[in-house]
Amino acid sequence: MKHLLSIGQLSKAEIESILDRAESFAEVGRRDIKKVPTLRGRTVVTLFYESSTRTSSSFELAAKRLSADLVSVKAAGSSVDKGESLKDTVATLSAYEPAVIVIRHPHAGAAQLVAGWSDAAVVNAGDGKHEHPSQALLDVYTLRRRLGGLEGKRIWIVGDVLHSRVARSNLIAFRAMGAELTVCGPPALIPRGLEHLGCRIEHSLERLEEADVVYALRLQRERMQESFVPSMAEYAARFQIDSRRLGPRQLLMHPGPVNRGVELSGEVIDSPQSLIAEQVASGLVVRMAILYELLAAGDEGTEPAAEDGTDRPTRIGQPA
Amino acid sequence: MTPAQLDMRAGETPDLVLRGASVLDPVAGIDGNHDVVIRQGRIAELAAPGSAALDGAEEIDATGLHAFPAFFDPHVHLRVPGQEHKEDLETGTRSAAAGGFCGVVAMANTEPPVSTPGDVDSLRGAARETASVKVGFLATVSQGMRGEELTEMAALRDAGALGFSDDGLPIRSARLLRRALQYQRLCGGTIALHEEDPELSGQGVMHEGPVSAALGLEGIPSVSESTTIARDAALAGYEGGRIHVQHLSAAESVEAVRAAKAAGVQITCEATPHHLCLADEEVRSLDPSRFKMNPPLRSEADRQALIEALCEGTIDCIATDHAPHAPEEKEVPFEQAAMGVTGLETAFAAVHTDLVLPGVLDLGLVVERLAGGAEPFGVERPTLAPGSEANVALCDLATEWTVGEDGYESRSSNSWCAGRELTGRVLMTIAGGQVAYRLRSFSMGVAA
Repeated sequence: MKHLLSIGQLSKAEIESILDRAESFAEVGRRDIKKVPTLRGRTVVTLFYESSTRTSSSFELAAKRLSADLVSVKAAGSSVDKGESLKDTVATLSAYEPAVIVIRHPHAGAAQLVAGWSDAAVVNAGDGKHEHPSQALLDVYTLRRRLGGLEGKRIWIVGDVLHSRVARSNLIAFRAMGAELTVCGPPALIPRGLEHLGCRIEHSLERLEEADVVYALRLQRERMQESFVPSMAEYAARFQIDSRRLGPRQLLMHPGPVNRGVELSGEVIDSPQSLIAEQVASGLVVRMAILYELLAAGDEGTEPAAEDGTDRPTRIGQPA
Repeated sequence: MTPAQLDMRAGETPDLVLRGASVLDPVAGIDGNHDVVIRQGRIAELAAPGSAALDGAEEIDATGLHAFPAFFDPHVHLRVPGQEHKEDLETGTRSAAAGGFCGVVAMANTEPPVSTPGDVDSLRGAARETASVKVGFLATVSQGMRGEELTEMAALRDAGALGFSDDGLPIRSARLLRRALQYQRLCGGTIALHEEDPELSGQGVMHEGPVSAALGLEGIPSVSESTTIARDAALAGYEGGRIHVQHLSAAESVEAVRAAKAAGVQITCEATPHHLCLADEEVRSLDPSRFKMNPPLRSEADRQALIEALCEGTIDCIATDHAPHAPEEKEVPFEQAAMGVTGLETAFAAVHTDLVLPGVLDLGLVVERLAGGAEPFGVERPTLAPGSEANVALCDLATEWTVGEDGYESRSSNSWCAGRELTGRVLMTIAGGQVAYRLRSFSMGVAA
């Protein structure tokens, strides 16, 4: 894998291989010394044009755990504020000869452009409303750990799909892993033609009980320039996942940050069905696995896939 | 009505004999091998192959080549005044000539927009100095394209404005368009309309459908265009006005125009080569330089509807909407990029490659529609009929070439065909009797 721009570029086997690698990093994370020397001497640049807590911090920590040198650039307070174009910023950062550029940008296709302008491996950490492939990988990882596999599982993605890059990447990834997908939300927040991505469309939570997994999305009020829903109260009344709607055997996910009391009620966030905290923990090891896959996977022999499928590789370098 | 006002630079009108050309002008009923004899800027004669005497004319071996009436583009952006870094009258008309066009209609959405008689006068003067093909200039419908007050339409017509358009922007106010149509009775001048409801288009950057849903890009629904066409056709019918609908893109729009024509409205319309050849699937590449324009590339079903409408004549003509942009406006993420692609140099070759060679469209029909942009603006259609002014596109239908390989005549390179291999190329263009363009490789070794 040269870049990670879209989740659609990965086959089921490739997704599983990255997740297997993440499992082995989870093992490293249980050691006292959590750092491995894999990327010593390599430079990772994170370039964030939008605010982020989970994605930026987990990519940064992932790079550090792999012993890479890290340069973090945030648009606010950088030359971007002074009107520098994306192309010029990338040219500037390329002078450091980074091995990887992790980019988040408010517009679709930005990561792909960067890949064309730079020799570095590029990771799309979210481009507009388009894709967020590392989120999809960590979500599949989280579900795989809990369910064993996604084959035949019914997953409902509920809420503001229109503005959600997570929804798009997750639809592709969950489908690749064999899940059956339903997308549910008010019509104005479901893009026209979305069913062509291979999902069923619902505008009511009436049949939610069929779901094995409920994946709630953040209502992205900051991206809305008009009223897509008449009021938060009306939205919550029809589409909020609360303890009445969420059954005891159903799993709940959310990419964060949550609007408490809008798409999720407070009590379900902290319920035993909630995987939200696990998603965040998964983010670190999956992002370590992504960086590893881009930079180090070619350097070695048969790792990581265990050939008989029984035991996973547990040793990735020595503690640094 | 004032006679059509077109301007180009004065120059020599050499006598030429295009020896043994395959001559095709369906409107004039011409289809066969002839020596095309051009004298004093006019088609003097279509003689039997090999029979025409030179009498001092330059002989051009046109064996195996096609001579068509030169094309006429009712919709180009020459970017003058104000954006000469993208295009100017010289480069824009050279680009037109390289595509086989003998005339173009320049849009008025310049900086500042062409809104006063003085603006028109100065552009016409510049065209008489630098334009290698004929240029007709439109003036804006509303002052400064602000959509509020009418321009001085009668004075603009007196200054030589060919017609009126706020192209680039729709006319939001039905009341304003109605006033313009009323005023048109006084001064003539077709009103060309960019049809779009900004309320429905919102911040859209591509066609609304499965591809926009997959890419997370805001869509421009087809009904944004078709509902506005229906409104404006009704107004034109009510006021007895004459309108030309620009760059038709959607099947629903074809229906709206068809209905208006059936109702007797004086309405014509155009479609672009890119809307006839491409669909929104191309946008998956997220390449704004080739695939971002307004109206957007629509679905395959829309494309098929446009082709059908072009065949039956609901769509009167092919227009390029040649829209040059600077690299820094296109080397950005899709949503941030400027809308528009260049198309003058590739119009014929692209339609020939994508639609004629596969048997979708008849060559004669394409030739007819590429010259069909003159009549909606009251300009005489280019023809090869003996006695008429010499406007000829000499083409080799077998030449294969890669677009952009040798650069462009246009100052900008945002061609929707960039990098494509096309079959068929314009070798020489005669506009108003002058040799407006000659492909460099065709200039060598053929002069008598």
